[in-house]
Order: sequence, then C-alpha cells, then structure tokens
Amino acid sequence: MLKIGDKEFSSRLLSGTGKFRDKNDIKKMLEKSGSQIITIALRRVNLENPQDNVLNYIPKHITLLPNTSGARNADEAVRIANIAREAGCGDFIKIEVIHDAKYLMPDNEETIKATKILAKDGFTVLPYIMPDIVTCKKLEDAGASVVMPLGSPIGSNAGLQTKSILEMIIENSNIPVIVDAGIGLPSQAANAMEIGADAVLINTAIATSSNPALAGEAFSLAVRAGRIAYLSKLQKQSQYANASSPLTGFLNL
Amino acid sequence: MSFLNVLREYEDFDFDGYFKNVTDEMIISSINKKVLNKFDFLNLLCVKAKNHIEIMAQKAHEITVANFGYTINLYLPIYVSNYCSSDCLYCGFSKKNKIHRKKLSLEEVEIEAKEIAKTGIKSILFLTGESRKVTPLEYLCDVTKILKKHFSFVAIEVFPMSQEDYEILFKAGVDGLTVYQEVYDKKIYKSVHVSGEKSNFEYRLDTPERGAKAGFRSLNIGTLFGLGDISQEAFFSGLHARYLSDKYLECELGLSLPRINDAEGDFKPNTILDDVTFVQIMCAYRLFLPRADINISTREDANFRDNLLGICATKFSAGSKTEVGGYTKAKTEPQFEISDKRDSEEVIHRIQNLGYEPVYKNWESI
Repeated sequence: MLKIGDKEFSSRLLSGTGKFRDKNDIKKMLEKSGSQIITIALRRVNLENPQDNVLNYIPKHITLLPNTSGARNADEAVRIANIAREAGCGDFIKIEVIHDAKYLMPDNEETIKATKILAKDGFTVLPYIMPDIVTCKKLEDAGASVVMPLGSPIGSNAGLQTKSILEMIIENSNIPVIVDAGIGLPSQAANAMEIGADAVLINTAIATSSNPALAGEAFSLAVRAGRIAYLSKLQKQSQYANASSPLTGFLNL
Repeated sequence: MSFLNVLREYEDFDFDGYFKNVTDEMIISSINKKVLNKFDFLNLLCVKAKNHIEIMAQKAHEITVANFGYTINLYLPIYVSNYCSSDCLYCGFSKKNKIHRKKLSLEEVEIEAKEIAKTGIKSILFLTGESRKVTPLEYLCDVTKILKKHFSFVAIEVFPMSQEDYEILFKAGVDGLTVYQEVYDKKIYKSVHVSGEKSNFEYRLDTPERGAKAGFRSLNIGTLFGLGDISQEAFFSGLHARYLSDKYLECELGLSLPRINDAEGDFKPNTILDDVTFVQIMCAYRLFLPRADINISTREDANFRDNLLGICATKFSAGSKTEVGGYTKAKTEPQFEISDKRDSEEVIHRIQNLGYEPVYKNWESI
C-alpha cells in the first residue's frame, strides 16, 4: 500500500484534471485507471458554476490533491493552499511554485519555504520539485509527506530524462517518491516504478490521448507491472552488486 | 537594457535581402527545430513559408496540445470609457472623432459587471480610451475593486502608466496587462499617432516591461496589423514577447493579432493582413513561443475563429461588446466592429462541439 499522510492507497497511479477535451472524460478515466488520487488546479476550481466545477466530475471516494498552479513564490502558494482547504478540497496539497512561465520549472527554494509553513499548519504536503537530493532532504525536514521530482519538463512526454538523479533520490529518501511530469508512455511509467518510485503522476499523456479512459488503463497496468518488477528485484538494486571478476578474491574471505 | 536596444539592432537590417536568400530547405529545417532562434522565426515569416503552412499548422497544433491540452481560456472585455486625449488615425476613439463620449459611473460599472458575470466567464479585460484626466488612477482602482467582486482575473487595457502606478493597480487587484505597441516601425508610429501622450513611441514600447516589474502575472502584447510591413511587424512582436519572457520568467506572455477593420474615422490601412498570412504568423508565433497564449478576439469572424481553435489559439473572447455600456445599454459607437456576433453561449457550445473544453475560470483571486 502507498501511504501518504494518514491515508493508504492501493493504486500507485496519480492522475490529473487538466487538458481534457471534456470533463466527463475524467470520471471514465478514473474508473478505468483505478487512480485514487487526482490533482486539480485550484485556479480552475469554479464553485459558482456547477456545470463547470471540476469537483462535480470527481467521485466522492477519490482523494483530491489540489495544486497551487500559478503560484510564483511561497507566499502565493500558501495563500492558494488555504483557499483550497476553505473550498472543501481537503488537507492534501501539491505545492507547485513556478517562477518560470517559459518551461514551467519548479522553484525548489520557495517550495521548501511553503512546505515548512503548510506542514506546520496541518496540511499533507506533496511538493513538486526539480530533482535534487539536497532539496529532498530539506523537504523531509520541513515536514513534506512525499517528494515529487519531475521526470522531464511538464507536458514534454520525454520520459525519465532525470533518471540517474531520481535513482539517487529514491535510494536516499525516507518518504515516498512520486515521479511527476514528463512521462508520456506506459513503458516510461513502468520504468519509473522499476527503479523504485513509490508512485507516478500522469496527466498530459492521459488527458490529451484520443481515449483518456483507455490510456488511463494502460498506465495503470504499466504502473502495476513496474511495481511488481521492483518488488521481485528483477533489476539490479546496486550498480556494483555483481562484479563479474572479483577484485577482492585474493583476500580469501 | 530595454527592448529598444533589440529594435535598434535591426535599424539597418535588410529584410528583403534576407528573405530572398531563404530557401525551402531552410524553412523546413526551422519548422523541425525543437527550439527556434530568431532567424528560424524570421524564415517562417517569409512569403515562401506559405508553401509549408500545413506542416506549420500541424506542428503548432501538436505543441499547443502538449502545453495547453484541448482547452481554450475565455474572457470578456468591458469598455468603461471612450474618452481619449490622443489622436490616432486608425482608432474609433480618437479625440478628433465626433462620437458620443461616455464614462461609466461606478454604479454603472457594477451593473455591467453583473450582466457580464451571468455568462459564467470569470476573466475580464477592462478598457478605456487613453485619457489620464477623465479616467485617472483612482478611478481605475475603484473599477478594479468592483470587477474583483465578480471576476477572479482582471486585466487592464488603458493608457501606459509608470511602474509605481502599476504597482498601485496590482495591489488593487489587477492581474494582467494588455498593451499593444500598434506598430514597431517608429516612422509609421509617429505618422499615425499624431498628437497626445500616445505619440511617445519609446514610452509605449517599455510599457509591458514596467508592468512586469510592477508584478502583473500576465502580459498581452502585439502589433496592430495594417499599419506597418506585415512580416517585420510580426517579427518584432515575436521578438518583443521573447525578450519579455526571457527577462521576466514569472510572467505569462500572450500575443494577439488584431488587424484593422472598419472603425470610425475612415482610416485606410497601409497594409492588409490576409487570412493565409494571418494563419502563417499565428503558427510562427506558436513555433517560436511554445507556451505563449494566442488570443483571438471577436474582430475575427465566427468561422475563421472556429478554425483557428483547432490550430493553436488558446484564448477567446466570447460575446464581446466594444461599446461603453454595451452589455446593458449600448449607446456609444464601438471601438471597432465585431465580426463574430455570436453570444457567449453560442461560442461556448461551438467550442465544445469542436472537442475543446471552454475554461471559464483560470485564476483564483489570492
């Protein structure tokens, strides 16, 4: 089970609500993919218009993960998080602090600041970050419930461009690691799970496919396959585990 | 450093000479690049690039879907005043035009705002003519506060102001700034902006930059097609957007492609932007600036707009009125004639039928 804050989830696929052709596709995608956590941009939540309100398209048993899309610094992220909580979106918050509208790269420094404030305030904080091992440690100390390093630029479908760094983060993290952004294919999601990620978040690839429900199912299967592969230790867990010609044979250990 | 320095680099640039040497191979290579430099962008603006307009559109569509998904942001304009102290030859609001002048009282702003809010659209652009006297900063702040009660995103298109004044407006609740250079060719600029504050080319050019410094989260810029050379104006608009997005990473950049239509004053445009070139430029903008908003107003007709949605437009007004008080009373002359006369509901239905999600709200007041 994937444990985040005080909740447990059997699905390790997190999904999103952005970029869909039709909000009715969200529900079908959730059914087919089995995803139990879905991220929503608070900036898009429209409580005044029931037809447009994305919350009305998400079944009640799904955990909402509001995000702070549009925040340019820690202060704005904290304000958005509080609005999300007041709007009834729960205590989960995905911190997105973007100071770069060109490539949408997260600002790790401001993210750490916001995490500290929001974790203290009782939020279950899921920070979206540029993969960096020092940042991950600081986030752990700040009270983050997970870390969400990016696989590659958001919306790029480029896969695990940051793989070697993700591996280090996974190796050293005491909290779950969720690979977020850039995963465009089920095989890439499977790969993230094989290297030991605790979960992945997929939005663009599912939402912009011609059949989001089917795409969601494909990702769900891939995530499960990758997880089982990891658990079965199919992959070498360490780069130096099986040297073919031992260097220490002479020691007669 | 200002965009003026960038413009100056091209003072003696031989555009015609450059375009003569652009080959089909160069154009195709520019289209296929992941990151386009300014010469790639220029290649896409050359007449020959029209031979490749379909693949430009295909790529523009692909980039747009990756970045924005199948969504289109909606907004509506509200004209609060048409008083103007400048004389601009092409504009219906020009001080020389004998039109009925009107400035909405704050009560009237509230009534209009309530009417517009009935569409469900949460993003509004408020516009005035360029009269600092009739619509001073205090009035603009008051209007902002009223609009913020009904809309989550408020942008302004008013006379250029100082950074300090913009900071005051930002605090009052303004989120975005729209300011069109109108024309990047300084000589033509001087000839069409005959008198008034707007005749200051440099001050206007630096306006979006002052807005970025003041904290606005979105900037919308563009040239008014019909005044200067089409390719050069498109080129400088793109460079201006790139300059701003490189320097102010935190700002969301948007481009509009207004072209002159029949306004009051019988202005004969110097150049005509035809539909093919319009699409070519729009695609070139997208390829050069993958994350920029591309805003298509109701200046364009319904059928044309619907088709642009499928290529790379990301922002639509829907059911716009360009008269002061247009949503409730409609007494004054419009700033420009609207071509897409559908009401917002019709536009929204059409967007859905085309397989796109209309976005009523894209910002939360924080």
